[in-house]
Amino acid sequence: MGFEKIIFYFFAAILVVSALRVITVRNTVHAALFLVLAFFTTAALWLMLEAEFLAMTLVLVYVGAVMVLFLFVVMMLDIDVSVLRAGFTRYLPVGATVAVVVIIEMSYFLLGGFDNSKFTPVKHGVEYSNTRAIGNVLYTDYLFVFEIAAVILLLAIVAAISLTLRKRKDTRYQTPGNQVKVRKSDRIRIVKDMDTES
Amino acid sequence: MYELAYDLIIILLKIFAILIPLMTAVAYLTYAERRLIGFMQVRIGPNRVGFFGFRMFGLGQPIADAVKLMFKEIVMPAEANRYLFVIAPILAIAPALAAWAVVPFGDGLVLADINAGLLYILALTSLGVYGVIIAGWASNSKYAFLGAMRSAAQIVSYEIAMGFALVGVLMAAHSLNLREIVLQQSGGFWHWYWLPLLPLFMVYLISGVAETNRAPFDVAEGESEIVAGFHVEYSGMLFAVFFLAEYANIILISMLTVLMFWGGWLSPFEGIPLLGAATAWIPGIFWLVMKTFFFMFCFLWFRATFPRYRYDQIMRLGWKVLIPVTIVWLVVLAVAIVAKLPPWFG
Repeated sequence: MGFEKIIFYFFAAILVVSALRVITVRNTVHAALFLVLAFFTTAALWLMLEAEFLAMTLVLVYVGAVMVLFLFVVMMLDIDVSVLRAGFTRYLPVGATVAVVVIIEMSYFLLGGFDNSKFTPVKHGVEYSNTRAIGNVLYTDYLFVFEIAAVILLLAIVAAISLTLRKRKDTRYQTPGNQVKVRKSDRIRIVKDMDTES
Repeated sequence: MYELAYDLIIILLKIFAILIPLMTAVAYLTYAERRLIGFMQVRIGPNRVGFFGFRMFGLGQPIADAVKLMFKEIVMPAEANRYLFVIAPILAIAPALAAWAVVPFGDGLVLADINAGLLYILALTSLGVYGVIIAGWASNSKYAFLGAMRSAAQIVSYEIAMGFALVGVLMAAHSLNLREIVLQQSGGFWHWYWLPLLPLFMVYLISGVAETNRAPFDVAEGESEIVAGFHVEYSGMLFAVFFLAEYANIILISMLTVLMFWGGWLSPFEGIPLLGAATAWIPGIFWLVMKTFFFMFCFLWFRATFPRYRYDQIMRLGWKVLIPVTIVWLVVLAVAIVAKLPPWFG
């Protein structure tokens, strides 16, 4: 048991520090990278809870896809920190109110303490596959919720694309269909070589 | 306590047993690449460096290259982000090596026989892009940055097609465990998944080439446009680590293709009356390595044969050709599985 606890606190410490660094570090790219580290460490903690499927999906979806796009955008941005800092006092009341509400909400739940008996993880054998278990529940009991979530996500994708897609008149576009249809005879005219001809 | 230490030592030994042949293979893949492409282009390629005064077709070349790179100076650009500049190559090679933990080399010959092996592979191969992006950004150079941006967009796009192709494998095998995926294919050459999953196999191979940033999808390097892309500022050992990661990824993708579509360590003569019995003594790892060599050869062959894609064509191929193909084939596959189509799903 001792070894497991050491590993847990090791990852927990990394997680807390990196989560703190996300909001304290100045460079936005560094902040995004600390968020990646936080996700990755969370995945490690989930692995310790024997939630392999969720842990790997977290790495695959958040670290492998979402954060890559995030970094992609953050690296392109040219952020002037001084402008952001200028509004600090103006936004302070709003920010403080939100922070107080969050603290009250969280302490309401957390200070009551956990009913540990409900959350003790059940140890399973090596043969147990929690991928299969999640699949069984997801496609039977929670099928409609699952489908609705999928449709909402699809809607968000379509909405995001339709909001940002605009055709500018001065942009030149390629028509890939025409390019694919091109044959050799359209581009090359073979001229007979006079020397070999005679 | 002693048991724990004992287990750790055994695991470490197993890791070395995988890594040492892997690194040797990486070194000699670079040699094979230069020689083979040389022959394909009617050149000779490196044939001078040998051992102890013997030339031996230039077999000493990778060793000489490694020694050279180790002793070269690591030049750090003045405006570079120092920590990230050093971390980037490590982030590139770590997933390329860690993914080998779940790769089975034979029935039971695997470091970690976990039941979500395929998912682990997908998760780790999706991490390789960080090395490229961070390298490009930390170098603080416009060529490196352009290369990183290209590579990030390309890898994220092809990962979707790759993931879908693997969903097909998972549907066919009813398992995420790589060992079970191979065992489901047993029964001889025509039982392997390359035939029922042919479009997915093609998509996987093409995305595999794109994911490793190899020709004809090597716009991330694009030496004629952006010099060398994301690693233009790297030199010495840091550059070598990127190089190792790229070749380790080639070997990994080749071996995964074999495991998922070409029957892994299963013998191609299985089920053939005389030949099957006559070759039954050959260990499975021989077949696995031979098949992997074929796909590694394909990677080199592609590089010598195809011209580089234009960037918008890469994106078009990924999003408008490969992804629709995989989605259609998943539907076909689902029907075949429900109908218990023999001999694969019977």
